[in-house]
Amino acid sequence: MILKMLFSNAVALACALAAAPTVIQNATVLTVTKGTVKNGSILIRDGKIAEVGEKVVIPAGAKVIEAGGQFVMPGIIDCHSHIAAESINEGSVSVSSMVGIEDVLNSEDISIYRALAGGVTTANILHGSANAIGGKCTVIKMRWGKNAQELIFEGSTPGIKFALGENPKRSGAVANMLGTGRTARYPATRMGVEDVIREAFLEAKQYQASWREYREKMARGEDALPPRRDLKLDPLVEVLVGKRFVHAHCYRADEILMLLRVADEFGFKIRTLQHVLEGYKVAKEIAAHGAGASTFSDWWAYKMEAYDAIPFNAAIMVRKGVVVSLNSDDAELMRRLNTEAAKTMKYGGLTEDEALALITINPAKQLAIDSRVGSIEPGKDADLVVFDKHPLSNYAKVQKVLIDGDTYFDRDTDAGEHAQKDARKKALLDKEKAKPKEDQKKAAPSGARRPS
Amino acid sequence: MTRLTACILCLAACRVAAEPSAIAIRGARIVPVSGPPIASGTVVIRDGLIQAVGESVAVPPGAWVIEGKDLTVYPGLIDALSTLGIPDAAPPPSGGGRPGAAPAPVPTPPATPATPPARGPEDRPSTTSWLNAADLIKPTDNRIERFRSAGFTSAVTFPNKGIFAGQGAVINLAGEKAGQMVVAAPVGQYVTLTTGGFSSFPGSLMGVIAYIRQVYLDAGHYQAERAAYQANPRGKARPEYDRALEGILGSQRMLLPATRQVEISRMIRFSRELKQHAILYGAHEGYRSAGELKTSGLPVLVSLKWPEKKKDADPEEIESYRTLEVRDRAPSTPAELAKSQVKFAFYSDGIENPRDVIANVKKAIDAGLSAEDALRALTLSAAEIYGVADRLGSIEKGKIANLIVTVGDLFQEKPQVQFIFIDGVKFEPVPELAPASPPATGGVQ
Repeated sequence: MILKMLFSNAVALACALAAAPTVIQNATVLTVTKGTVKNGSILIRDGKIAEVGEKVVIPAGAKVIEAGGQFVMPGIIDCHSHIAAESINEGSVSVSSMVGIEDVLNSEDISIYRALAGGVTTANILHGSANAIGGKCTVIKMRWGKNAQELIFEGSTPGIKFALGENPKRSGAVANMLGTGRTARYPATRMGVEDVIREAFLEAKQYQASWREYREKMARGEDALPPRRDLKLDPLVEVLVGKRFVHAHCYRADEILMLLRVADEFGFKIRTLQHVLEGYKVAKEIAAHGAGASTFSDWWAYKMEAYDAIPFNAAIMVRKGVVVSLNSDDAELMRRLNTEAAKTMKYGGLTEDEALALITINPAKQLAIDSRVGSIEPGKDADLVVFDKHPLSNYAKVQKVLIDGDTYFDRDTDAGEHAQKDARKKALLDKEKAKPKEDQKKAAPSGARRPS
Repeated sequence: MTRLTACILCLAACRVAAEPSAIAIRGARIVPVSGPPIASGTVVIRDGLIQAVGESVAVPPGAWVIEGKDLTVYPGLIDALSTLGIPDAAPPPSGGGRPGAAPAPVPTPPATPATPPARGPEDRPSTTSWLNAADLIKPTDNRIERFRSAGFTSAVTFPNKGIFAGQGAVINLAGEKAGQMVVAAPVGQYVTLTTGGFSSFPGSLMGVIAYIRQVYLDAGHYQAERAAYQANPRGKARPEYDRALEGILGSQRMLLPATRQVEISRMIRFSRELKQHAILYGAHEGYRSAGELKTSGLPVLVSLKWPEKKKDADPEEIESYRTLEVRDRAPSTPAELAKSQVKFAFYSDGIENPRDVIANVKKAIDAGLSAEDALRALTLSAAEIYGVADRLGSIEKGKIANLIVTVGDLFQEKPQVQFIFIDGVKFEPVPELAPASPPATGGVQ
């Protein structure tokens, strides 16, 4: 115990030496969970929020961010994004649980920086919706400039994508439509989608049993070979034991109920329903299952199954006790999730805090990272966004974004670097333009080389 | 005259008699690579091997003598990743990946039109891991002579179609029979990240990675199952023979593509996860990753096909800063790797004219690589990476007599390769590929 205390003190000391504390002062602090502090300050120490209030003690040597007249809110969390990955769909098979976004994270995707500039600090990067059971998902922080591994939200529960309805069944028909002569991929109907999920979990249960049997044999001291590791079934077993979250793409009420029933039958939970445009029709059932709902504010009618949507969807589900978030599913929409949240005040009459919760603490709960992020409370990660106006105003612009207490976006710094960056680029272009001439000159005497 | 063609003594006599017992290059500048250059020394070749090298080595009686005044002797060059000798190999995947952009899936045409789409790892898609380059060598590949004429005496050659394309061989670029050419085989599994398109597994980069991971897991399981069966077959189900896994288990190292910085990080991590000896190839953004590569301890094969603006590029297209930077800085990768003491070698990456290959090495020298390090990357480092430095890569006693003899420096504007020795057999550059006119600066003849 003493040793442990000594150790944690040593760690704290090392961290304190590493970074000076930061104070954001004189801002309107929208904590989301603990109300609004007018003219408040936030003390950040070791990447965590240390204190929030009207007055905080400013330690000697602290970096002070003056935010008079500005608004600070928790970093925005997007529960459904496809940025920062070099592939999204493994569409060749109906169950592609062997693949994972973590393997193809691209820390250099400019969308990360653009998302930061829209106040997003955390996102759930999902596999696409081409298959009934898709690939593994990864939660990342927008630590622009860090490598792929350092983006990963450490300790977050990994997920897996499921998809219902038109996408998984239509993907099967593509091959035939193209006239390749190949058989269409099963399934081609909603019934087939259900069947694929059931079959996969039946297989996963058998697989789980074969490992259990092996471990029992080993425990009895018997000689046994381990079963073959199956990367397709491993994640499904993790779903069965609650170690991996299911994020299910869905639209219609009937398919939502189908999935909840299948999950109940196999004894696992659907962590979030994604899109869930008809969620308002079955909100009670969703709440009863304990699933979260991650939807759009007013994006619909882009295909048949997305026609029965209403802008009140989020608010109705909130009122029925569902944990609701608004997501982007899109690199551009991702940059203005704050205005998406604001729409729920007009359509459904959510309060400011309820609206902000849709893009902060609620998605944090859905991803089970709410002990770390999603609100401005002491002890949480210092993932903060400074807006010049109230973030629910469509005039609001992001000024600064901090993740783990470090500034990852600063509007002024960014603007100040433009000229310098342009000059660097022009220098490279000029250098390249000058090059062919040099080559020609060199090649001229013999005439043997062609200009490149 | 004597300066250029070096006098060969008792040529007529030897024609009549049997093969000469030995060849001696006397009084030449020798660059052994394994040690400091010798201003004037002698190399003795006997029975295809280097018998002696040094400042004061005696010429054995009866040896052919090449007067080495004004000549330089280097170890033969090694193309560290190629398809030389495998004429029907597919064109190699581009080493000059598009920086910053997600690589578009490269659909691999099915081997035969009748091949049904793969439905998962169990179908072993795009896998020919059991192929052995040594079994595929055709001495008639006309590229062999071309590369030899430019000073390449060896190549590490691979089947290159598919994800697990097959196992490579170190070959010498001369010989009438394929068997004579092979120096070492197998030397590693060539892995690419090509996808099967949307309808055949794997159809995405993450699918390919998952497939590779599953194959190595399967290989481990297969090995254990097979061993258990061999030990006591009675009463046990017979494990199914799997040639794909046989090929994997027979590979002592894997070659993984990694051109961009994110790919380099990804493949370093992947090879560590798989617990395989890996070699990374491509490495055009290695100038950004030198520190990470050093820490990883992985050897690197640098593609000499430096990224270039496409000839038919839209002149209106606005390229990203990163694209421009990579084009500018890729040739500085070797210098950065040398500075960080990363083990690296060069490969031709499908460049057809070997003189362009050498010209691109010069670009790396212009970008800060020392000529010494450039030569090492083309010789001893390549041999070390493939575990054949005990027989190739430098001018040392007992090693295979693969040598090149030049007038002037190898990396001068127009290299003048006079002779090439492979397994001690002397070749001259093929005339049509020799420089058409004497170099403007050389003034010989």
